[in-house]
Amino acid sequence: MKKFLIPLAMFFGLVIFLAVGLNRDPHEIPSPLVGKSAPAFSLHTLDPNAPLFGPQDMKGKVWMLNVWATWCMACREEHPVLVAFSKANQLPIVGLSYKEIQAQDEPAGRKLSPEEKLQMARERSALWLKRHGNPYVLSALDLDGRVGIDYGVYGVPETYLIDKEGVIRYKRVGVVTPELLQSTILPLVQKLNAS
Amino acid sequence: MTSFLKRAKYMGLVLFAVLLTCGSLQAKEAALMAEDPVVEKRLIHISEELRCLVCQNESLASSRAELANDLREEVRKLIRQDKSDSQIKEYLVTRYGDFVLYRPEVKPLTWVLWFGPFLLLLAGVVGMVFYLRQRQSGSSGKQVLTEEDRRKVQELLKSGDAP
Amino acid sequence: MIVEIGHFALILAACVALVQGVLPLAGTAFDHQRWQALARPSAAVQFLLIAFSFGVLAHGALTDDFSIKYIAEHSNSLLPAQYKFASVWGGHEGSLLLWMLMLSGWTVSVALFSRTLPLAMVARVIGILGLVSTGFLMFILTTSSPFERLLPAAPDGRDLNPLLQDPGLVIHPPMLYMGYVGFSVAFAFSVAALMSGRMDAAWARWSRPWTVVAWIFMTAGIALGSWWAYYELGWGGWWFWDPVENASLMPWLFGTALIHALMVTDKRGGFKAWSVLLAIGAFSLSLLGTFLVRSGVLTSVHAFASDPKRGVFILIFLALVVGISLTLFAWRAPKATLGGKIGLVSRESMLLVNSVLLVVATGAVLLGTVYPLIVDALNLGKLSVGAPYFNAVFVPLMVPVVFLMVPGGISHWRESRLKELGQDMLVPAIAAVLAGLAVWTLTERGSWLTAMGTALAVWVVVGLVMQIVARLQKPGRIAPSFWGMHLAHLGIAVVVVGITMVKGYEVERDVRMGLNDTVSIENYSFELTGVSQVDGPNYKAIRAEFKVSKDGQFLELMKPEKRKYFSSAMPMTEAAIDTGLFRDLYLSLGEAIEGSTPQWSVRVFYKPFVSWIWYGAILMVLGGLFAVSDRRYRNSAASVA
Repeated sequence: MKKFLIPLAMFFGLVIFLAVGLNRDPHEIPSPLVGKSAPAFSLHTLDPNAPLFGPQDMKGKVWMLNVWATWCMACREEHPVLVAFSKANQLPIVGLSYKEIQAQDEPAGRKLSPEEKLQMARERSALWLKRHGNPYVLSALDLDGRVGIDYGVYGVPETYLIDKEGVIRYKRVGVVTPELLQSTILPLVQKLNAS
Repeated sequence: MTSFLKRAKYMGLVLFAVLLTCGSLQAKEAALMAEDPVVEKRLIHISEELRCLVCQNESLASSRAELANDLREEVRKLIRQDKSDSQIKEYLVTRYGDFVLYRPEVKPLTWVLWFGPFLLLLAGVVGMVFYLRQRQSGSSGKQVLTEEDRRKVQELLKSGDAP
Repeated sequence: MIVEIGHFALILAACVALVQGVLPLAGTAFDHQRWQALARPSAAVQFLLIAFSFGVLAHGALTDDFSIKYIAEHSNSLLPAQYKFASVWGGHEGSLLLWMLMLSGWTVSVALFSRTLPLAMVARVIGILGLVSTGFLMFILTTSSPFERLLPAAPDGRDLNPLLQDPGLVIHPPMLYMGYVGFSVAFAFSVAALMSGRMDAAWARWSRPWTVVAWIFMTAGIALGSWWAYYELGWGGWWFWDPVENASLMPWLFGTALIHALMVTDKRGGFKAWSVLLAIGAFSLSLLGTFLVRSGVLTSVHAFASDPKRGVFILIFLALVVGISLTLFAWRAPKATLGGKIGLVSRESMLLVNSVLLVVATGAVLLGTVYPLIVDALNLGKLSVGAPYFNAVFVPLMVPVVFLMVPGGISHWRESRLKELGQDMLVPAIAAVLAGLAVWTLTERGSWLTAMGTALAVWVVVGLVMQIVARLQKPGRIAPSFWGMHLAHLGIAVVVVGITMVKGYEVERDVRMGLNDTVSIENYSFELTGVSQVDGPNYKAIRAEFKVSKDGQFLELMKPEKRKYFSSAMPMTEAAIDTGLFRDLYLSLGEAIEGSTPQWSVRVFYKPFVSWIWYGAILMVLGGLFAVSDRRYRNSAASVA
């Protein structure tokens, strides 16, 4: 009787999906921003004498945007990789300092003014980069996280590859490893540079 | 001033002082975290259908993670700009993808998801009806012992061969 | 040294399990009595070996033996003793050992309590359990041994997740595992029936008590988990449709269907193939749950650390066990004879509807749980399925299940007259409608949902009271299973009340409070009277003190905390809960807020009837216990060939 085979058939189908699923990473969520223009912004950078920075300043170049912060533990893991990579001068790396000033940084009983926050963020970031190495041509400061939201940031560190027209071509959530650089990022950079 | 008036003035001052202190000692009703209850109501309604991206399995409404706070603030801003529910969801989906929707949209990709259980139920009901129909004409309805059967049973019982 | 002996005991157990699995089954195939007789003793030996192994691991935990890698990862010298013991099952490897302890325990119980069963049957059941055990033990030994050494030994353990340091942790997993594993017995009985080719009602009668006991543990385990999440996680939620929660709900739903279907198979020889399928399904869902939790396929707050290699093993194991069972089913089940006639309106048909609804509900939960996986596997993107989906789909399916409790109890076997049924159900129907309308119109936030929930609960309660009254008026001793059924159904009604009330009438206030500020809900007011630093055994905390008043009169002090454990970066919220019969007051302390005066964010909840969710579960457990105590089931086999 055919109908008695139905449970087996359904189970078989389920097993196949589960088997395929084993090779997937449910934590990896693809970004809908890939293929779209990098959202515009205008932020202060670490250099108090430099003008405000935005992605339009990088038009004509293939570049990497790396979201980081001094409080981010995983960023520390990724940082040496980026520093080494920057020395190869393959492409400019721009840092986006994400929410550097946290709630616990504010002294009790008083809210910091934006200027105070900016200064504190600049000092702390500069010190950190001096100690751990600076792979960035510049680092923009997203103090309130608004730019992060526009870029779909939900877990620091995150890294984007943006092409000459300012379109996001790749996003990585999580640390950049040497393997990832070799297998995915470098080939893509070369491809984008060629076009 | 007469002594009465002096005393009255004195009393008045004391009373005034007491009232003043009482006023500042009076426990205040706590202020809502939210500034605007109307906005907040919409916020809760929308954020219950959104996922907290850093929390594994919590809605944006209940999570107290930092990103959740930021995103809720963003939604508040959009509500104040009079954006509709679907516009707000669209805003977040453009940045974070379908994953941010806690309630999956009903679109061709999710038809199986949303209509599957109903179809399954239909299949179950149909199968059940067929099965019950079949079992109507199973072994005969009422089991009535014929005289012959009755006699046989009596014999068996008497002979002690009961199973 | 003892650790290595413990490991060796596991290896021995695997060998014994293999013997236990192969020989008795071969014995039934070749009619070799001696081999069949090996079933019971090998089950006993396996249990002893695994118990010893478990004891070794527990001993290692209690004596802070951090040369054992697993203990170093899941325990800590600062932990109180009970949590050191609980750390034995706090991680993947140890929890598998617990699983094995229970599986061998259930097996040896079957060996002990089966004196009245034919040897061949016992041999098959224990043999099947032996094969399952072998698979698990191989899994443990090759991929997940808890006895791996860490040399040099760690100076101290890396604490348990602070969330898990809780009495709930000590009880919830063992209860749940007893349920998961317990369904293996019904599974073994049904596969044994398939193997023997004799799919008569006997296997159903033998399986019933075992299935009910497993169901009892499963119910308790799920309820404990929900209760634990409620008071431990700090934001008052009690069910999140998390994949791991769903992994426990699905076998429970199938187990419930199985209990009801077995009634028909036992009493009237009907639904034989269906009951077998349900029994295979319940245990398959247990195994599937194991896979989902440990393979990393799905994200969940409480999945174990994932490892695809382990996932592959479990998936292969799952595929083999379930695949072979279902193949056997497709082969042998068609030969099962049908039972007697079933009227369109009869207890059997109601139980059939119950089965269908519960299976569809399980299907819905399964679909929602694995859908993200399926979409991803087909490269169609990533989407998420959360509580809104499950609530929308599951609740409507369960309403008719609960509704059927009344006609199901009233209707007769084989045939019931619709008119008679209708008359009997008139009173509960009227009571239900009145109650629903009252709730809808008289309460401030009444809606059709709260009305329906209330009506449903009243329907069930009035219905069962009437049945009890009617039965009491008849002569004759009342079987414990009668009380069991009504207690369990009452439990469900109580749970429905709890869920309806808390979802319909819960009040939450999210406020910022400074010292001496108050917030009021209903006739309760909460005044923040102090905030202090507190040092715990392995944490530092901020504790807020609230003066709680009811109708203006001082009621009590409540002290929610925010704890920072030394071992973890995440702060933990210890909510303060005042549990009452008809309401819970729930205070959750948030972060300090910067400002001119010190303030804190506080969430205050008023949750009416929320404890009824767990009181109802207790009633369900009691109902199950009554049902099992009925000697009619346990003396069954003697009366059946």
